[in-house]
Amino acid sequence: MSTTWIIIALILGFIVVFQIAKASEYVAILRGEEKTRKENNRVNAFLMLAFLIAGLFGVWYCNEKLKGKILGEAASNHGERIDTMLYITIIITGIVFLITQILLFWFAYKYQDSDKRKPFYYPHNNRLEVIWTVIPAIVLTVLVGFGLYYWFQITGEAPKNAMVVEITGKQFNWEFRYPGKDGELGKKYFKEVNEAEGNPLGQIWSDPANHDDKYTTLEMHIVVNKPVKLIINAKDVIHDVGLAHFRLKMDAVPGIPTTMWFTPKYTTRQMKEKYGQDFNYEISCDQMCGKGHFTMRGVVIVESQAEFNAWLATKPTQYSVAMGDGTTQPAVAPAKTTDSTAANKATGKLMN
Amino acid sequence: MQEIDPTIHSTDVPVIHETHVEHNGNGHDHHHKQSFITKYIFSQDHKTIAKQFLITGMTWAIVGGLFSVLFRLQLAYPDESFSILETFFGRWAQGGQIQPEFYYALITMHGTVLVFFVLTGGLSGTFANLLIPLQIGARDMASPFLNMLSYWFFFMASVVMFSSLFVQTGPASGGWTVYPPLSALGLASEGSKIGMDLWITSMALFVVSSLLGGLNYITTILNMRTKGMSMTRMPLTMWAIFFTAILGVLSFPVLLSGFILLLFDRNLGTSFYLSDIVVAGQILPNEGGSAILYQHLFWFLGHPEVYIIILPAMGLVSEVMSVNARKPIFGYMAMVGSLFAITVLAFLVWAHHMFVTGLNPLLGAFFVLLTLLIAIPSAIKVFNWITTLWRGNIHFTPGMMFAIGFVSLFISGGLTGIFLGNSTIDIHLHDTYFVVAHFHIVMGVSAFFGMFAGVYHWFPKMFGRYLNNTLGYIHFWVTIAGAYLIFWPMHYQGFAGVPRRYLDFRLWSSFNQFTELNKMITIVSIIVFAAQLMFVFNFFYSIFKGRKVRTANPWGSTTLEWTTPINPGHGNWPGEIPEVHRWSYDYAKDGREFIPQTEPVGAKESKH
Repeated sequence: MSTTWIIIALILGFIVVFQIAKASEYVAILRGEEKTRKENNRVNAFLMLAFLIAGLFGVWYCNEKLKGKILGEAASNHGERIDTMLYITIIITGIVFLITQILLFWFAYKYQDSDKRKPFYYPHNNRLEVIWTVIPAIVLTVLVGFGLYYWFQITGEAPKNAMVVEITGKQFNWEFRYPGKDGELGKKYFKEVNEAEGNPLGQIWSDPANHDDKYTTLEMHIVVNKPVKLIINAKDVIHDVGLAHFRLKMDAVPGIPTTMWFTPKYTTRQMKEKYGQDFNYEISCDQMCGKGHFTMRGVVIVESQAEFNAWLATKPTQYSVAMGDGTTQPAVAPAKTTDSTAANKATGKLMN
Repeated sequence: MQEIDPTIHSTDVPVIHETHVEHNGNGHDHHHKQSFITKYIFSQDHKTIAKQFLITGMTWAIVGGLFSVLFRLQLAYPDESFSILETFFGRWAQGGQIQPEFYYALITMHGTVLVFFVLTGGLSGTFANLLIPLQIGARDMASPFLNMLSYWFFFMASVVMFSSLFVQTGPASGGWTVYPPLSALGLASEGSKIGMDLWITSMALFVVSSLLGGLNYITTILNMRTKGMSMTRMPLTMWAIFFTAILGVLSFPVLLSGFILLLFDRNLGTSFYLSDIVVAGQILPNEGGSAILYQHLFWFLGHPEVYIIILPAMGLVSEVMSVNARKPIFGYMAMVGSLFAITVLAFLVWAHHMFVTGLNPLLGAFFVLLTLLIAIPSAIKVFNWITTLWRGNIHFTPGMMFAIGFVSLFISGGLTGIFLGNSTIDIHLHDTYFVVAHFHIVMGVSAFFGMFAGVYHWFPKMFGRYLNNTLGYIHFWVTIAGAYLIFWPMHYQGFAGVPRRYLDFRLWSSFNQFTELNKMITIVSIIVFAAQLMFVFNFFYSIFKGRKVRTANPWGSTTLEWTTPINPGHGNWPGEIPEVHRWSYDYAKDGREFIPQTEPVGAKESKH
């Protein structure tokens, strides 16, 4: 019902505005078009000034209302650099914004049509133009310099002691794989993927490095103050690992693994104490991936090394799950799984 | 029918047409009267084609704008049910709630339609066609027939795109960039079924339209300028359209090739973009393709595309601003130079859309440098516009107001480009609402402002009548205030990391704090949309009932289009094409309000 009323109100408002507008045209003709034009000019010139003042107030007000709603402090080493860069850019562009907007609207107001003034024939001035070519160039050099300095730190090689976690995006959730004691992730091949037989990632069981790898979904556990290197995969379409609190993001592309590393600074518990119990480090998918894109949520748990070790110990290796045995690990892989044709046949059966 | 030899300048043509005034008085040798069809539908008159582009563009703008109102409703009221939606959209809005597939179809179509059909077809198509012959002094385009085809390919593209809205599996819904594999696999998304094929077909037709138009614009500007109209005497609109056309001709074919490979991947089993895919439980055979290849091909057009949108707006604004400040544009050569610089740089920055795709960081560094370089010509333009206002005598026509609004928005949106072009910051802001705010302000709303400035300014030339001024002023103030209210707070959502293309944030503890803000934005966008409808109404009403133009040169402008009759026929000038003696910005010179380009330079005239 309210929808109908809103539509009726809109139509009525529309008719009223139109009638006024039409009447104003007749009035203009009656009073003399030039006189009306001058009056309109004065009104609009004044509104330009009013808009500038209201706009600057609005910028301040918006900041007051919303500054508390943006993310808290960056929770990773890289995030700090990104925030620093962000603040440098806000300050520089803020100054330019204020100067140019004020000049624009002030000139619009000040130089409104007037019989007393003749416009100034001023087609060019080389010195001025050089000045406002060189100054932006210098400022931008500074921004590029800072930006690239941080960029290479962030995208540089991960430290040697970094723990490795593999994260795989699929419609519409995240899967994780941790290397076991060997610290190495086993090889994968997408045609080995077989959810029914406990191989959601397509691990190749003939690779012994796979035997102690552990698989989880939904939650990614990492250790506070320890660098972590993410190996990022996608199974179906492009996804993106978005870690807003760590200020990081990297696409997950099928067929092309990508990486990203960072050092988390605060445990989840510390952040909950600071920002409330609702706080979660969330993994958002930041690349359009289909109808469930907006539900593709994962959670990062940052914890101490001891907590992490305890948690990981409770998880079975995926190899044992696939082999139908949750407790022991066979020393060698059964021969049949090394045969990819057999695996494909099994997949085919599944499809049928 | 066309008897004009483009290589001959007007003054060389013997004046044999004086007696043909009754044939629209246009200097063409017509053997018979034009029928309704050849005059209004399959017309080869550039002015009619311009109107066709404009009206088609406006129609699409209403459709695209309506889509945005619909998805804004979902963002503001994710838990409410609007039964009216179910009435109109059936299962797409089951229970009065917009379904995810519908939401994604809406945003995809909103983007595609506005970027390509409105701000490329509608903007360039309208003003290139209308203004090129009129401002350089030509009777028509170099090839009026290709020009007509350009419109009709655009029309066919529109028909195909529109039909895709009605297929059972829905239109394309992978975002306007249609990245594969999502767009390549029907298994991955309903919208990637037949809707996607129609999308590609439509876009291919659109590229053809754009190329036919672009080649024509370039040829006409280079070859058909009237006597005395050297390149540096042209109004800035001409330069802007010239560079736009070059951008389009060089980059659209790359996009087309990208789309064709996508079509192959979809239908012929190739693996250009596909590799290692397990989707909906099926293991696909494709190996060896690269999904990133598509992004390179797409953005090689996609980035120039944003300049294809904004350059014509810059040209229109420069012209409208100079005329209404009653003062020459400041730094004409710098304006041309910066247009040129932007055109060249446009081809060298595409990968800044791909900083987080796993691009080599060293390569990313070069793209950061080249991207931020664009800020320099952009800054020059802004300072020159502001200086043009300085010590002017500003006439606040609705066109001028939109021109000033354009500069304000271009500053606001341009500065946020410095954030995103810097890869370090882009890591955090990529694909968040910050990006939405940035590009809507800098190329969406500003390009619209440029277009509105043009429509208000040249409406008298198009239809021999004025638009209603009062409605124009209301339109301007509602739109600029609304645009800032809608997009300014979105920057904060971006700082908070809120991702684009989410239709519901209730699941998230990090992004659910903007409920009130989202409502405010939606309400404002409905009001702004209503103001645009009012403009559309004003437009059509004024075509038939607007105040009549009674003087040939209502704005006191120097350029050639105002030397034609109030309602120019096919061929534009009844007699000879006027000769040009000076540049197009002699305002306020030597104590005179303006000196038309057709006036010979006096002996005592000062030099600039």
